[in-house]
Amino acid sequence: MHALLASDVPYWAQSLLRVLGGLVAVLLPAGTVVYLFLFKMMSFMQSRLGPMEAGPYGSLQLFAEVGKWLQKEDIHPARADKFLFKIAPLVVLASTFLLVVVVPFGPDAWFTNFEAGIFYALAVSSVSVLGILIAGWASANKYSLLGGLRAAGQLVAYELPMVLAVIGVVIQAGTMNLQEIVVAQNAGSMFGWDGLGNPYLLTQFVGFAVFMIAVQAELTQTPFDMPIAESELVSGYMTEYSGFRFLIFFIAEFATAGVFSMIAAVLFLGGWGVPFSWFGWTSLGDIDNWMNIVGPLILFTKMIVLTFLIMWVRFSYPRFREDQLQGFAWKVLIPVSLVNIMVTAILKVAF
Amino acid sequence: MTLIGDRQQLSYIAAQAADARVNVELETEGMTLNIGPQHPATHGTLRIIARLDGEQVVWAEPSAGYMHRGYEKLTEVRTFPQVTALVNRIDWLGSFANEVPFILAAEKLMGVEATPRAQHIRTILFELSRIANVSLFLGDLGVQLGAVTPVFFAFRDREYVLNLIEAATGGRFHPNFDRIGGLKDDLPAGFIDETRSVMKKLRNFCDEIENLLFGNEIFQSRTRGIGVIPKEVALQYGLSGANLRASGVDWDLRRDQKIAMAWDKADWKVITHPDGDSFARCWVRLQEVRESTRIVDQLLDTIPGGPVMVKVPKIIKVPEGEAWVSTENPLGEMGYYVVSKNDQGPFRVKIRSASFNNISIVPWLLKGVYVPDIITILASLYFILGDIDR
Amino acid sequence: MAKPKVPGLLKGLGVTFGTLMRTVTEGAATVQYPHEKETPPIRARGVIALHEGNCTSCMLCVRSCPDWCIYIEGHKELAPPRRAGGAPRKVNKLDRFDIDYALCMYCGICVEVCPFDALFWSPEYEYSEPRISDLLHDKSKLGEWMETVPEAPELEAGAEKKGKK
Repeated sequence: MHALLASDVPYWAQSLLRVLGGLVAVLLPAGTVVYLFLFKMMSFMQSRLGPMEAGPYGSLQLFAEVGKWLQKEDIHPARADKFLFKIAPLVVLASTFLLVVVVPFGPDAWFTNFEAGIFYALAVSSVSVLGILIAGWASANKYSLLGGLRAAGQLVAYELPMVLAVIGVVIQAGTMNLQEIVVAQNAGSMFGWDGLGNPYLLTQFVGFAVFMIAVQAELTQTPFDMPIAESELVSGYMTEYSGFRFLIFFIAEFATAGVFSMIAAVLFLGGWGVPFSWFGWTSLGDIDNWMNIVGPLILFTKMIVLTFLIMWVRFSYPRFREDQLQGFAWKVLIPVSLVNIMVTAILKVAF
Repeated sequence: MTLIGDRQQLSYIAAQAADARVNVELETEGMTLNIGPQHPATHGTLRIIARLDGEQVVWAEPSAGYMHRGYEKLTEVRTFPQVTALVNRIDWLGSFANEVPFILAAEKLMGVEATPRAQHIRTILFELSRIANVSLFLGDLGVQLGAVTPVFFAFRDREYVLNLIEAATGGRFHPNFDRIGGLKDDLPAGFIDETRSVMKKLRNFCDEIENLLFGNEIFQSRTRGIGVIPKEVALQYGLSGANLRASGVDWDLRRDQKIAMAWDKADWKVITHPDGDSFARCWVRLQEVRESTRIVDQLLDTIPGGPVMVKVPKIIKVPEGEAWVSTENPLGEMGYYVVSKNDQGPFRVKIRSASFNNISIVPWLLKGVYVPDIITILASLYFILGDIDR
Repeated sequence: MAKPKVPGLLKGLGVTFGTLMRTVTEGAATVQYPHEKETPPIRARGVIALHEGNCTSCMLCVRSCPDWCIYIEGHKELAPPRRAGGAPRKVNKLDRFDIDYALCMYCGICVEVCPFDALFWSPEYEYSEPRISDLLHDKSKLGEWMETVPEAPELEAGAEKKGKK
C-alpha cells in the first residue's frame, strides 16, 4: 500500500485510504469468520445447517443481524457509570484496529512498518483488557464484575506465555520487524533445502502451540471463556450491553480472532509470502509487484486455516475453571515456553 | 469416601481462615449473588442465593417455588383420568414416567392389575422416557460446562425417541397414555422395528458423548472431585436415583421393588460408582442410558400377546383407601401417596418428586466451592424445575 | 484396553469434525421447516376435529376437560317423526361448539369420553394465529378439520383387536 500510494497522492488522501484499508482489514476477516465459522461450521458440527434464509445459504444473515442490533435501544443500567459504560466497547475495538496496522499484507502493502512491530502488537493487544475491565466495572452488575475480574486475571496471565512464545521466533529471525520475519521465513531454507522456505511452524512448533493456546485465552474463546461463560455469568462483562454497543463487542471478538490469526500466520506460517525459491526471488527487493495483490489473499487463506483451528477447539471443548486456567498458564505454558526459548537460543548460537 | 469429604471440609476451613486473615488486613466484604430465578444454569426458575467471598461460596441456599403450580391441590378437584393428564407435567422431560406410579397407586386401590402386555409396553415407554430425559441431561451438561456442541447432539437424538413416543401415544411430551387397568391403545405397527433402530442410534449417541465430553481432560478436571457426596450424607439427605448410586449405594427401585412392571423380565444391571463426585453422577447417568437401551431391546423381543386393557367401569370410582407407590424415575424415586374416599377423584395426593429431595443437599454441597463449581454441581445433581416446585 | 490411549481432547475434536463431514456429505439432521415438512405420526394429537352430525351436546367432554376449554350450547328441537303418523322426535340441536386452543392441554380426554364418536384427533398442527383470541375454533372450523383425520393405524403384532375406533 505504501508503494501504491507513492508521493503523488496527497497526505489527506493517503490517510483516508489507510482508514478505509484498516476498516476492510478488520471487518472483512470479522465478517468472514462469523459467517464461515460461527454460522456455518458450528452448525455443521452440530448436524444442522445454520442460517439459510437470508441470501443464498444465509450469506446475508450477518447483515440482518447487524441491522437488528442497530435498531435496538442503546440502554444502560440506572446505576452504571454512564461515560465508562459507553466508552468500554470502543476501547476494546480500538485495540483491534491498533493491532491490524502492523500486519504486513504484501511486500509493499502495509499500513506501518515498525522496526519493533511484534513488540508493538503484543503491547496494544492488551489494551482490550482495559476495555473489558471498564465494561465489567461500569455495568454495575455483579455478574459483569466477576466477568471483568476474571478477564483481567486471565488476559494478564496469558500475555506472558504469548510474549515468551514469540521470543523464540524473534531469536530465530533475529528481528522484531514483522515484514522481515516474513522474509526470513520465505527466503530461508531447511538443511539446505529451500522448497518450502523455512516456516517457523516446523522449527518453533512448541512456540506455535503455546502461542495458539495463549491466543485462544486472549480471545476468551472456549475452553478459556470464563469471562463470558454464558451458563455461569450470563455473558460476564457483556451482560448489560445491548444494541450497537454489543455489536461492537461482537465485532471486536471476531475481528481480533482474525487479526491474531494473521499475526500467527505472519510469525509461524510465512505470512503473505510464498517460498521465494519458487519464483527465484532472494530478497524483498526482487519481489514482483503482483504479490501486493496476491499476498493479502495468501495471508487471508492462512488466517482462515488458523481461525478454523481456534473455532474448532471452541466448538468442541468445555471450559476450564478460573483457577485451573491460571494454574495451566503458570505451571505449564510459561515453563514450556521458557524451555523453548532456551533451546532456541542454544541452537541459534550452535548453528 | 469420607476422606474426600473431610479433605473438602478441611480445605474449606483452611481457605476460610486464610480469607479471615486477609479480611482483617484489607477489610474486604462478602457479596451476595443471586443465581436465578432467571439464569441459564437453573433449567427454569430456581433461585440460588449465594454469599460469595471473592469467587468462593461461603453460604448458599436454594429458594424454590417460583414455578409452583399446586399439583397436590389440583389433584383434589380433578378426576382420576384428568390427574394423569396433569401429573405428566411434573417432570416434563420424562413425562410418561410420571404417570406410571400414580396409575399403579390407583390400580392398587382398585385391586386391578394391568395385563402382561400392558405392563410390558408400559415398561418400554417408561424406559424410552428415561432415555429421552437423561440424553437431554447429557447434552445440557455440556452447555453448563461451556461446550456448545453436545446439546445439539442430544436434541438431535432425543428427537428420535420423542418421535417413537409420539407414534405410540400421540403426544411428544405429554403422552397421557396410561389408564387405570392398562393402556389407552396398543402399539402401532412398525413400532418395534423403529425402536430397535433408534436404540442403535442412541447407543451411538452415548459413544459420541463419551468421546466428546467424558473423555475430555478438561471435562474431567472440571468434574472430578467436585461436589463429593459421601454415602452416609447422601442417605441422610434422602437422595435417590443416579445421585445416590453415584455415591456407591446400590439401590434401584426397578430391581429392589416387586411391582407390576416388566423390569424383572430383562437382564440388566444397576450402575454404581464409588466416587460420589460430579463426574460419577454424570457417568452413572450415561451408563444408565445404555442400560435402558438394552432393557428396551430385550423387552421388545418378549412382548406377550393379548389385550392392553382390563375391564374397568367407564366412570372410574376408586374405593376408599390409601396407597403408596413409587418408581425409579429418570430423576430418582418418584412416588404418589393417594388417599381416596370412594369418589371419582382422589381425596388427597402427596407427591414425592425426586428433584425436590435431591436439591435439598445443595446448601451442604455448595459450601466452599467456586462459582463455576456451583454450575457443575447443579448440572450434575440434575433437577427439573417442574419436579422441584410441582 | 490394548489400544494406545488417544487423548480425550483429540477424540473430542474428532467427533465434531466427523459430524461436520457427515453433515456435508449426508445432509443435516434438521429439516428446513417451511420448505420441507416432516409428517407427524397418525396418532399425533395435533388438533381436534368435530363431526357435528354425531354430537348430541351431551356435555360429557365439557365436564371431563381438565381445564374447561370446551364450550357447548344447544337446544332441544322437534324433528319430523321417523315413521309417518308418529310423534315428532325431540333432538338436541348444537348451537355452539367451541374449543379454545389457547387453553387446551391436548390431553385427549374429550376424544376418549365422547360416547357418540363426534370428536377425533387430527395430526394437523399449522393453525397458529397472531391473535390469541383467534385460537378459539368454532364448530365450522372444527368441522373443517374432519377432512384431515386419518384412519387409525395398524396395530403391532400380538395386539388384540378392539371394536373401538
